[in-house]
Amino acid sequence: MTKKELQMKSVFLRKNLLKYIYKAKAGHTGGSLSCVDTLNVLYNRVLNVEPSNFRDPSRDRYIQSKGHCVEALFVTLADRGFFPESDLETLCQYQSHYIGHPTKKVNGVEQNTGALGHGLSICVGEAIAAKLDHKTHRVFTLLGDGELPEGSNWEAFLSASHYKLDNLYAILDNNKQQITGYNKEVMNIDSIREKLESFGWAVKEIDGHNLEELEGALNNGPFETGKPNFIIAHTIKGKGVSYMEGVTKWHHGVPTPEQYELALSELTEAEALI
Amino acid sequence: MELDKIEEKDLKMGKANQEVFSITLQELAETNKDIIAVTSDSRGSGKLVPFGQKYPNQIVEVGIAEQNLVGVAAGLASAGKNVFAVSPACFLSARALEQIKNDVCYSDNPVTLVGISAGVSYGALGTTHHSLHDYAVLRAINNITILAPADNFETEQAVRLAAQHDKPIYMRFGKKTMPFLNENNKTFEFGKGRVIRDGDDIAIIASGETVYPAWLAAKKLEDDHDIKATVISMHTIKPLDLNLIENLAKNGRPIIIVEEHMVTGGLGEACASHLFQHGFKNPFQIIGIPDEYTVTGSQVEIFNHYGISKEGIYKTCKKMLNI
Repeated sequence: MTKKELQMKSVFLRKNLLKYIYKAKAGHTGGSLSCVDTLNVLYNRVLNVEPSNFRDPSRDRYIQSKGHCVEALFVTLADRGFFPESDLETLCQYQSHYIGHPTKKVNGVEQNTGALGHGLSICVGEAIAAKLDHKTHRVFTLLGDGELPEGSNWEAFLSASHYKLDNLYAILDNNKQQITGYNKEVMNIDSIREKLESFGWAVKEIDGHNLEELEGALNNGPFETGKPNFIIAHTIKGKGVSYMEGVTKWHHGVPTPEQYELALSELTEAEALI
Repeated sequence: MELDKIEEKDLKMGKANQEVFSITLQELAETNKDIIAVTSDSRGSGKLVPFGQKYPNQIVEVGIAEQNLVGVAAGLASAGKNVFAVSPACFLSARALEQIKNDVCYSDNPVTLVGISAGVSYGALGTTHHSLHDYAVLRAINNITILAPADNFETEQAVRLAAQHDKPIYMRFGKKTMPFLNENNKTFEFGKGRVIRDGDDIAIIASGETVYPAWLAAKKLEDDHDIKATVISMHTIKPLDLNLIENLAKNGRPIIIVEEHMVTGGLGEACASHLFQHGFKNPFQIIGIPDEYTVTGSQVEIFNHYGISKEGIYKTCKKMLNI
């Protein structure tokens, strides 16, 4: 896939996640739009994971701690062939396997997540197991900035550096907002870099919508031998749809028909400029 | 079922169940290199110091961080390890409950959660250190087997079976030295109550460290009044051996449940719920901890205070039998 095709893919995934949120009349719109570039790069450039090797013990692991942004994950997995995209027509419908958070009933999903502050500890266990078995696969998680106040994350941060897990990559989707408003107003988590460095992690800060920067960070680890890797991906909640960008209510807002058409036309315009 | 004639003086004393857990795990770890013990600064109380010395690559210490203990255990299990996550039952089953619910049970990662120093084993250390809620909260969670072995035999069997089991398990142990309770009955299977003593007049269903006082009470009933009591070690709280409970209830005999747990949500209420919904009207009594902060004391003193004792169970049985 060329650089241009990868950029086109991001727009395609944005359109798709909006399509299924619109159909389901439910979903975490703003956060899915902020993290979908990360998922695009992970599944198309970074992870050694595909439908044919999903049960291979040596595959890379991706566990989405911010499980509520499942729409970004589902459209990416569907695009990579883990299941037919048409399955997403049932998203959040009665008796569907495609619920509003990641579930192992969906092919390609590693763990059931959704309660915040859980993904990183599971990744620490996966990364310790890989080290014990002298395996070279890597373990990735995506954290939301709103979930950082969960104390369990800090237990996991400590243990990751204690065990020198340089095969572990935690990506922070740092869109600076959560359901109530800005992180700094709800619970200030400023100085994330300093906090993580003091916990023994190697930290990189990137533009989380710049696909080259994402690929550069995620494919060039470990940043320091013997240290777990933390990537602060600076992102914009609602990225790609002008009226959603930086507007808190789109955390789990569902567009009206007019808003949906406007979003699609904006994304089509953006596509034409690639 | 044959009448058990073992005399109290004939009971062979064993070790504390949690020590047997450690010895058994060590034996298994020698040949099964996938076995990993995960501890939260709990290897001392979990009797796992020798394990850690012998198999340093098979123990993962997370420090005093029970949520991370269970999350890390889930990740290790997902990666194919045979994981025993060991922590005091009070913290494991409360502090890390959401990790148990989601990361172990819901995600179906086959971790064996080992609650040590369970129930009121910590005695006078008080409520913070008591686990009298663990059956109740875990019974209300899908996809987990809950075990409370009574003696060293059951403990060893439970640990060996857990190592072969591919589903989540919670097992709890106490610190007290336990006798071997019925050496004539060497059967142990998850979900099947073990008959410790047999008799048609009354049935005492107990679990964990309360089976021994139940046995003593049953023997005294026989010695004093020629009352024949069945004593069951209901080592599996979930899934409950409903067939056995129904079979015991069929002849109409009184049924007594004894547990080191709050009556609310425990083994007794699980039995009562099934019996009542299936039309049984046996006289029924639960001996456990009432809805109050326990009296200060050692485990034995707390047991005596609430009637979880030879004398207490004996008296309750006599009352139910009107003798």
